[in-house]
Amino acid sequence: MPNMTYMAAIAEATREEMERDESVYLMGEDIRASVYGASAGLFEIFGEDRVIDTPLSENGFFGAAIGSSLVGQRPIVETVTSFFWVGMDQMISQAAKMRYMFGGQAKLPVTWRARMFYARGAAAHHSDRNYNIFMSTPGLKVICPTNPYDAKGLMKTAVRDNNPCLIFEDGIAISSRGEVPANEDLPGGELLVPFGEARIVREGTDCTIVGIAGGVAHAENAAKILEGEGISCEIIDPRTLVPLDKQTILTSVEKTGRLVVVDPAHEVCSVASEISSIVAQEAFWSLQAPIIKVASAQVNVPYSPALEPLVYPTPERVIEAVRETMS
Amino acid sequence: MPPDKDLLLQMLERMWRIRIFEETVIEIHSSGELQGPAHPYIGQEAVAVGACAALKDTDYIAGNHRSHGHPIAKGGDLGGAMAELLGKSGGYCKGKGGSMHLADFSIGILGESGIVASSVPIATGAALASKQQGKDFISMVFFGDGASNQGACHESMNMASLWSLPVIFLCENNQYAITTSYKNSVSVDHISDRAPAYNMPGVLVDGQDAIAVYEATVHAVERARAGEGPTLIECMTYRFEDHSLGLDRVRDNPYRSDEEVDEWRQRDPIPIHEEAITSTGVVTPEDCAEVQARVRVDVAAALEFARNSPYPEAKELFEDMWAE
Ligand SMILES: Cc1ncc(C[n+]2csc(CCOP(=O)(O)OP(=O)(O)O)c2C)c(N)n1
Ligand SMILES: [Mg+2]
Repeated sequence: MPNMTYMAAIAEATREEMERDESVYLMGEDIRASVYGASAGLFEIFGEDRVIDTPLSENGFFGAAIGSSLVGQRPIVETVTSFFWVGMDQMISQAAKMRYMFGGQAKLPVTWRARMFYARGAAAHHSDRNYNIFMSTPGLKVICPTNPYDAKGLMKTAVRDNNPCLIFEDGIAISSRGEVPANEDLPGGELLVPFGEARIVREGTDCTIVGIAGGVAHAENAAKILEGEGISCEIIDPRTLVPLDKQTILTSVEKTGRLVVVDPAHEVCSVASEISSIVAQEAFWSLQAPIIKVASAQVNVPYSPALEPLVYPTPERVIEAVRETMS
Repeated sequence: MPPDKDLLLQMLERMWRIRIFEETVIEIHSSGELQGPAHPYIGQEAVAVGACAALKDTDYIAGNHRSHGHPIAKGGDLGGAMAELLGKSGGYCKGKGGSMHLADFSIGILGESGIVASSVPIATGAALASKQQGKDFISMVFFGDGASNQGACHESMNMASLWSLPVIFLCENNQYAITTSYKNSVSVDHISDRAPAYNMPGVLVDGQDAIAVYEATVHAVERARAGEGPTLIECMTYRFEDHSLGLDRVRDNPYRSDEEVDEWRQRDPIPIHEEAITSTGVVTPEDCAEVQARVRVDVAAALEFARNSPYPEAKELFEDMWAE
């Protein structure tokens, strides 16, 4: 099975979808130069009508992508999570709402792919883990692939989905490599990962850890160490936040009786908050200990290497949280 | 009015301060001492220095991610800038902001910004306040050719002109936004051509010539202080280095030719200025050499200061979130 990087998986998904469907096109800043590493060579194959380097105008070209999708195109828009803020008016006022406002007439097959930088001294303007904001906006699908397999399979599903989809490419996850099956080895000849199906990363019996985006890797590192202490953790990666596979999480908590949620977003109104509330409401009688959120401190991201690491979840913080639920 | 000898030498000094500061930044980045991103200003020194030479300490500036030249040109302290880059508590922002967010409100530096064009409305608002408060402070914003395509930029220019605000829109057209040529992203020949659409003067200047930038800015400052409104100044310039330190993928995928880079390196703003000020006899080559030597000492001292400055303590993480 081919072993590839996360960005190579995204690039492969993009090329395959562009080959399959002429209405799929790619737009963004500096994509011919592949500044973010997922678009090398596409211009040479598909030409300037389908690989569009835009001016530095996020609100404008996000909106243009949305407009084109209303009349039959399927844009893939590449950006950075922090630049979502600039184009957010179009994303939320238009993409998220048009179909509903117009009584179901509109289809909005736009896929945004956004690099999520953080934990690298990029300071407050370039460190936004903002999927929670979009999760709480009705009308947008929110996708957080954490390995190359899911990156490819979820990306292809997103491009085919008739709704606005946002893919968050976590800076921790994108440094991963992993196996991605060749198309000829797959039953349908292609890799499609459905939305709304969580992945059980590791089975366990004592404590459920739900990891969001880069939080999955922290959970895995923590679980290995906890195993040595005789604590068996079950790790769940929801993969898509909208739609969210509540059932897999609830079933796991019913088994383990404990829940820790690891979420790199700021802790207030985070995905961890939402999942905690769902479990508190729907699996309360299964819980043997309070739920613990391991999320980012409620403070802007500082630049200094002496301060920034104090903000985010770490494997150590996850270990501490699990031990606390067990005590 | 041509600048006097002291101002000409001060301009030379500030260009050297930026140049040697940036060379030092490149060195400490390649040695691994500096880990965050940084966008070198080398090649563009005449723009910030010429423009800021026309300002007073009480005037405001705001800038962008290519962020070290503007505060140094405004008279900012080198040690505080270097300490900020190293994330130390002696930095302008106590290590909270880093390279892209240098700010020193005590001399009107309202902050550099990592989100492209986001300072343009900020500077416009500072100009609005100056007018509301009956002050004669003016406001200047540095932004790139890439930034000129953001809605925030267009909206600000319209408001500034509509309300006759004392703001100078100083576009540093270094011809690329990362890899994208302005020729492929701007619909007019020159960004300054857009000024008539906002009913304000648009001026195109050689951005390698500090004196030319200074003179154009002096006119815009006079206009602004007289309550006549904003000016758009476009300085044609070039960044001699990569877009940002460590962005290797861009280097592997060339978007500008070596010949083009070499051609522009021949138009280095520092020798151009030295030539201009020595050829009239106002300043001697010895004066120039002395300036450069002095700045070397100053930058070395700044690095020393930054290295010796402590890191912020963990308890500082939550400080500075809320005003009293
Ligand atoms: C809103 C936003 N979009 C994209 C970026 C990524 N980015 C950083 S600098 C840059 C190019 C800016 O070009 P220009 O304004 O010409 O300034 P220069 O870098 O040439 O000085 C881009 C696209 C960003 N920081 N902010
Ligand atoms: Mg530029």
